[in-house]
Amino acid sequence: MVRSTLTLFRPITRDPRHYQIVTLASLLAYGILGLDFEIGAGRAAAILSTALLTQYICTRVWRLPSFDPRSALISGLSLCLLLRTNYVGLAIVAAVVAVSSKFLIKVNGKHLFNPTNIAIVALMAATGSVWVSPGQWGNVAFFAFLMACLGGLVVNRASRSDVTYAFIVFYMALVFGRSIWLGEPLTIPLHRLENGALLLFTFFMISDPRTTPNSRMGRIVFACLVACGAWYIQFRLFRTNGALWSLAICSFTVPLIDWLLPAERYEWGQYKSAAHSAPHFRLKAEATKA
Amino acid sequence: MKRVALIVAILIAGAAWNGPAVLAFCGFYCAKADTKLFNKASQVVLVRQGDRTVLTMASDFKGDPKEFAVVIPVPTVLQKGQIHIGEKALLDHLDAYSAPRLVEYFDEDPCRQYAMERMAPMAAAGGVAGGVADSAARRAQSLGVKIEAQYTVGEYDILILSAQQSSGLETWLRESGYRIPAGAGDVLTSYIRQNLKFFVARVNLKEQAKLGFTMLRPIQVAYESPKFMLPIRLGMVNADGPQELFVYALTSKGRVETTNYRTVKLPTGMELPVYVKSRFPDFYKAMFSRAATKENMSAIFTEYAWDMNWCDPCAADPLTNQELRQLGVFWLPDSGSGGRLGPRIPLPVPSGGQGVFVTRLHVRYDAAHFPEDLVFQETADRTNFQGRYVLRHAWTGDSTCDAAVRYRAELTQRREREAQTLAMLTGWNIADIRRSMNVSAPPDPAAWWQRIWK
Repeated sequence: MVRSTLTLFRPITRDPRHYQIVTLASLLAYGILGLDFEIGAGRAAAILSTALLTQYICTRVWRLPSFDPRSALISGLSLCLLLRTNYVGLAIVAAVVAVSSKFLIKVNGKHLFNPTNIAIVALMAATGSVWVSPGQWGNVAFFAFLMACLGGLVVNRASRSDVTYAFIVFYMALVFGRSIWLGEPLTIPLHRLENGALLLFTFFMISDPRTTPNSRMGRIVFACLVACGAWYIQFRLFRTNGALWSLAICSFTVPLIDWLLPAERYEWGQYKSAAHSAPHFRLKAEATKA
Repeated sequence: MKRVALIVAILIAGAAWNGPAVLAFCGFYCAKADTKLFNKASQVVLVRQGDRTVLTMASDFKGDPKEFAVVIPVPTVLQKGQIHIGEKALLDHLDAYSAPRLVEYFDEDPCRQYAMERMAPMAAAGGVAGGVADSAARRAQSLGVKIEAQYTVGEYDILILSAQQSSGLETWLRESGYRIPAGAGDVLTSYIRQNLKFFVARVNLKEQAKLGFTMLRPIQVAYESPKFMLPIRLGMVNADGPQELFVYALTSKGRVETTNYRTVKLPTGMELPVYVKSRFPDFYKAMFSRAATKENMSAIFTEYAWDMNWCDPCAADPLTNQELRQLGVFWLPDSGSGGRLGPRIPLPVPSGGQGVFVTRLHVRYDAAHFPEDLVFQETADRTNFQGRYVLRHAWTGDSTCDAAVRYRAELTQRREREAQTLAMLTGWNIADIRRSMNVSAPPDPAAWWQRIWK
């Protein structure tokens, strides 16, 4: 019985990217049906099909061996969950920017930005007609989402989850530290951390292995930089979406961190036989190797 | 770059040295009397473009003016010109313009199809409060409290205070006649550590008598700060239940929402039984309560989001440019003539308000569900939204065409649907609703087995 159940879920557990897709798609369905997210099925379909089409075109142009839709699907789903705009055209542009950035913006063969992150930040900066609504999740959704994310970590058993853990530790320390210094009750920092957009960022965005430093120490330093930047933007500049802006800005430091703290570059083949590694990272790397 | 931030929160302290003070920190202001619809309701207009904010605050206080004061944390010492006393009529107009509305349709003879539309506006909240405070500079200094500035603006005496410790500020406020509830110290501490000053206002009875106002008028402050938020924590320290807050955000780009709480749209567009017309305030209250409960009391509701240039249907005329400027919409061109409103002229729609988008937010909050201050963001969303409920009056003619026969058959079903909708939205008893509508419950469908051997 147990074995047959496991067999049933094998397609999901075999490749954590499948788990990510299932999680993000479920969240999107819940967001649209249960939380009245301002995105309709038509808009979601436009974003997802554009992401896949862009991936397909780039696969052809860069002559990759095969078309792998999974990475583009994750980017598209993340955009559906985060990006809001009155114009379907801008949503489509965001999907194109997200996927094509993996192929176009590269340093030493490694793409610089997390696709979803750069698409959102670029469009927010360039147009002023897109926004992210970080408060739209609510507590019930938050805890369901948190469980799903933690489930993802278990499924991944990913050596590169260190960046996620490090970011959580640094960001929590800063948010709690500020509240303690101000003499605020702890319900305040807890409420600030109960944020669906922050979870999406922590578990699905900053954890992207192709855009984080190669060495573990480098990734921890990177997580610290992103956390400090996010905190500064949020609590010193009093702007919204500190984590998104911070990740985009800190991504420029990754080549420097890799130079200062060199380590073997993350490659698909290298992790193939490593039992502890994260298959979805491998696959993602393959898809984005270009 | 380190910018000074501004937080605005208002404490109400009751009554002064000698009076039988009923103090409460029950909100932005303390509202002793009930509002028209909601108890302890406050209204705030937040005009915002870039980092510039003009805040207008009003509560529904209708008690003895000498009993009330307001304390507002502010980022800098405000100059006299940054403080203004507004007109309550402006808030009433904004309230009426943005309030949830009923739309009435009259079914025509089904043999001839068209509908007529009328609507009935509804207002929500109201009021204002004033303050207290006397200077005792030396005493203040010994408590680590500094009186940074002192003005009389309109009927208010205003002090700008800075403090080193919450205990000193608390003591000074108490000695100056403000009843600070236990527990306020912690909240004051966090504002003091953020280097905020405290704006304290109370009513100057002599000035008030001279000016001839009987109602306390709204206080307006203009400031520049990247912070786009409203502190509500002080108001919850000794609140004895949830409080109501209406926020009217006037912006140039688009809809305003909270970034640290869910912003939810009020249920809208439903068809309701026509008797709701006479009970619309009850309906609105019950519906809001139910919607808030459904969101675990943790959400903020958008009740209206519209380009101020027009409305459809209009619960009230859109505000004129002059009214908007008086509310602090500083980016509108000055239309010239004087400060006071002219006579209300029936305005063809569209009227003024080009480049102004209004968002009406309504929140019922308490400390258990709203641990931190409200933080807002202006989005680029210009989608219009209104709380709008439809009443369809039945056609009562005696035509006998086929369409009329079908119409009468459908009418029974429609009324039942309307009853169900009303029960679902308000939680009212369905039997009571049917009684009010003069309709009977649909017969229970026969059990499946009753139909077998007929």
